Order: sequence, then structure tokens, then C-alpha cells
Amino acid sequence: MVSVDANGRTARMDARGLVELTDEVPNVSTIEDGRATFDAHDLTTRQINLELRSLVYEQGIRDVTVLNPGARHSLGVGILARCRITFEGSIGYFACGLIDGPEVHITGRVGWSACENMMSGVVVIDGNAGSLTGAAMRGGDLVVKGRVGARTGIDQKGGTIIVCGDAGANTAFMMQRGRQIILGNAGAGLGDSMYDGTLYVAGTVKSLGIDCVPGEWTDADSELIERKFRIYGLGNPPELQKFVCGKKLYNYDTLEPSERRIVL
Amino acid sequence: MCGIAGLIYKNGSTSIGEDMARMLQSMKHRGPDSTGYALYRPPSDDWVMHVKLADVNAERDFEFEQRIRRNRGEVRRRLEAAGARVLETLDTSPHAMTVTFSFGGEDLKLLADRIEDIRGAEVLSLGHTLEIVKDIGDAATVAGDYGLARFKGTHGIGHVRMATESDVDISGAHPYWAYPFSDVAVVHNGQLTNYHQWRRRLERAGHRFQSECDSEIIAVYLAERMDDGDTLEEAMHRSLEELDGVFTYLAVTGDALGMAKDELAAKPLVLYEGDDVVALASEEIAIRAVLDREIETYDPYESEVMVWSR
Repeated sequence: MVSVDANGRTARMDARGLVELTDEVPNVSTIEDGRATFDAHDLTTRQINLELRSLVYEQGIRDVTVLNPGARHSLGVGILARCRITFEGSIGYFACGLIDGPEVHITGRVGWSACENMMSGVVVIDGNAGSLTGAAMRGGDLVVKGRVGARTGIDQKGGTIIVCGDAGANTAFMMQRGRQIILGNAGAGLGDSMYDGTLYVAGTVKSLGIDCVPGEWTDADSELIERKFRIYGLGNPPELQKFVCGKKLYNYDTLEPSERRIVL
Repeated sequence: MCGIAGLIYKNGSTSIGEDMARMLQSMKHRGPDSTGYALYRPPSDDWVMHVKLADVNAERDFEFEQRIRRNRGEVRRRLEAAGARVLETLDTSPHAMTVTFSFGGEDLKLLADRIEDIRGAEVLSLGHTLEIVKDIGDAATVAGDYGLARFKGTHGIGHVRMATESDVDISGAHPYWAYPFSDVAVVHNGQLTNYHQWRRRLERAGHRFQSECDSEIIAVYLAERMDDGDTLEEAMHRSLEELDGVFTYLAVTGDALGMAKDELAAKPLVLYEGDDVVALASEEIAIRAVLDREIETYDPYESEVMVWSR
């Protein structure tokens, strides 16, 4: 697509009307029965994303496999359609951020800030993930089969994060909604300054953060855990501890000197 | 932001210069201002000293080139006056040189101080195996200028710098040599908040600082601890208690490479441990620049210290 701006300059646009930089869509995929596969080894980050978007948005392909992503950053970001994407390998930082709809399977590992601000869909990561996994996530399911770094689900506003390994420090920092299920051990400061949401931990918790307290187990919790374990084939759920917000930080409990005069 | 990388081959020496250049070049987006390498060649009885004769931003007055030429001779003369026998001098760049010499004495501090008395001179590294090369520009530029493709060695660390708190020049570039202790170098990603406290403390103990960069104290701190009898690992563990701020740093000695991460895990590091090689970098893409295949990597957690020896 080409658009012309007020000064007569032309700019190429992608299918959503966003300006593309200079790269051309490489068109290197093999398409069979509506399933596309391409090798990313010799492509730049931008070319990989262009190819991916061209397949999903312009050619209507609903199943794409990317071979050899080579730990590059920012792959699969901003895909806003229902489709299935498989990365055969590892991705660097910012993997699959801002996505809305896709089911993504990453067979390797991811770096920092995977699935940042994810809106909906499913991402399954077979390996380990870096810090800030699922930061500001709003919906969908994120499953990490390995371990994650620090600050998983910082500022999380919805959705479910499942971690099969250990989690680092300050997991669920400032979490606002949603759920996290951690099947390994959690690091120091779990749920620090969380506003709301629910944490489930199977292993040990090094320390709870400020205003994170043990919660009361209900039938709804059992139903959720069983459903998620069934969907992702994680076997029988282990015994989990539940943690929620203590809501102490909702209100100040110390008075300003001026207020104290009025109250006391 | 800055990016750091480290690579240690457990058996035998390889083209470490070329490998480190590839790793650092792939992280150019983390810091294009300057690049530095601390590379270790197989140990020998001779000493290698890398000397910077002027910084890149130094004023180029009429006598500049003449002075640099004179100072090159002066380095040689002062080393010989201190009892060293100069075996080879190499003009690695218009403002730097490398000297190989044999030296039977013990007092490296005296040796370094005499060289640094020369106007504009700074000893970048001094040791039996350590060679520090740093200059402004990206990894490929620095590696090309200093001919690092030819460097064969066993392990090394490197740093790409995005200057935030001091100038874009060579004295602000990492890695830092732990003056006056031989063969210790450090690269660091982060900020130290008790820098001035430590700098005053170490200066009172007689150490000199060439830059305004907070990372320099880590190198001197570690070397001083090791001089007091700590192992590298013990010194690094202690640094987690005593240094304040956000940091991930790599430290190397003649036969070991270590990493330490602060208690917030605020700065990234990805780690690959293979049978014969250990590679660490701020981003996995740097490790993949030397190991172009799917590998098992993970992020070390907060307050972790790991050391690998050859």
C-alpha cells in the first residue's frame, strides 16, 4: 500500500495503515494447505516481522511457523488477529508484546519483557524467560515451562501467567488484576505493593512483599487451577498457597499533623 | 544502558579477540559511544602494558604530535629506569601504545605511577596475560583499529558504552584495570550510589582513579580484597553487601571469570554454560553471535555470584 502525504511525499503503509520503513516484504515463505513456514536465519528483525504481518494480514494465513529466530528482539509484536504462530527457537527481548488474539508457541527461550501489554490470546514458552515477563499484561494466558527472572507480571492488569519453574524477586510487583500460578519457588518480595489479583505458589516463598497476605482458598480457585492445568497438559495440580492483597495500602494509616489536630 | 559480555574457554586458547568483537558488535544498540575489551592471552613471564598517551578529546595543540612521539620514547625510558627490560613496543593507535617488557621487581604501583606521571598518559592495563584495548567507536571499529582479529587467548570480557554520567572518551570507557594489581579487570552495567564514599575510602588507601566513572571502583575494590587474601568469589560476594546501587558486573583475573548481580536483579545478564565454554552477555543475541545454534540459556537471579575457572 502507498499513501501520499500533504507534501506529495509517498510512504509505504502496511495493512493497518501504519508507515513501513524501507524494507520490502521478503516473501520467502513456503505455503502448504494454508500453513506458512519461513526461515528467519538470514532475515533482519524488520524483515521477519514484515513477512509475518504480510502472511497474517494480507494473505490471510492462519498458521505460521518461523524457523531460526536466532534470539532476535521484538519478534511477533503487535499481531492483532486470531492466528497460530510457532517460533522454532529462541527470541530476545520484547517477544510478542502488544498482541491481541494469536496463539503463539515458542519452542526456545525468551529474553526480557516477553508478552508485555498482551491483550488476549495464548503464549506458550517451552524454555526459560527473562525478567519483566508479562509486564502490564491485560488478558490472555502466558505459560512459561521453564523459569522466569525478576518482576514477572509487574503492573499486571489481567490474564493468567503460569510459570512451571522458579520465579525471581519482586514477582507480581504492583499487580492490579489477573492471576499468577508459580509451580516453583518465588523470590523475595512476592506481590509487593499489589493492588489486587491472585497469586498461587507451589514451592517456597523467600519473602512476601509489602501488603501481600495469604488468601482464603475457595472452590473457584480449585476450578481455575484444574481448568488451566487441563488446558495446558500440566498434569495433576500440586498443593498451592494462595496470596492476595492485604488492602492495607489502600488507605493511609498515619495522619498529617494538621489532620491529627482535627481528629484527636 | 550499556552492554557487557564475557567468554571463557575452559581448555585451550582460541580467537578470543574476534569472538568478543562479534559479541559486542551484536549489542551495538546498547551503546555505540565506546567499546572496550579485556583479553587474556596464554600466560608468560613477560609483562604487557597498554598505555594511553592522550585521550581522544584532548586538545590538539601545535606540539601535540611531537609530544606524543616524545612520550612514546619517555614510556620506554622510564620503564628501563625502573629496572624493566623493554622487549617490544607497538604503536597500536595514534594515541596509544603497547609495551612488552621483563621485570623482576615487585612494585607495580611504582611502575604504573612513573608512567602516569607523563602528561596525558594512563596505564590501561598491566599484567602477564591481561590486555585492555578501549577506544571510542563501535566494536568492529575498535577491533579493526587495534587488530584484535589476530588476538589468540583463553578468556575475555567486553563492554559497549552508552555514556550517561561522564564524557565519551577513553578514560570513561570500560573495562577497568584494577590499578595497581596485575591481571584484574572489570566491566559493569549499572550505577553505584555509594561511589563517592568508596572512592574516598580507596583513595585514602593510596589508590588512584583516572576517571569519574563509578565502575572504576569495582575493579580496585575487588583487587584490594583479593590482595587481602580473599578469593575472587569471596570478594565478589562481599561486594554485594558493600556496594550500593543497581549493577551487574563481570570480573576477570588471569585464570577466572566471575559475574555478580545486585539484589534487585535490575540489570540483565544471560548465561550459557557449555562443556568447554561459558558465555555471558546482556542479551542472548550476543551469545548467539558466537554460538549460532539453539542453546540452553538462563538469567541468573538477584544477589547471585558465579565464578568459572580455567
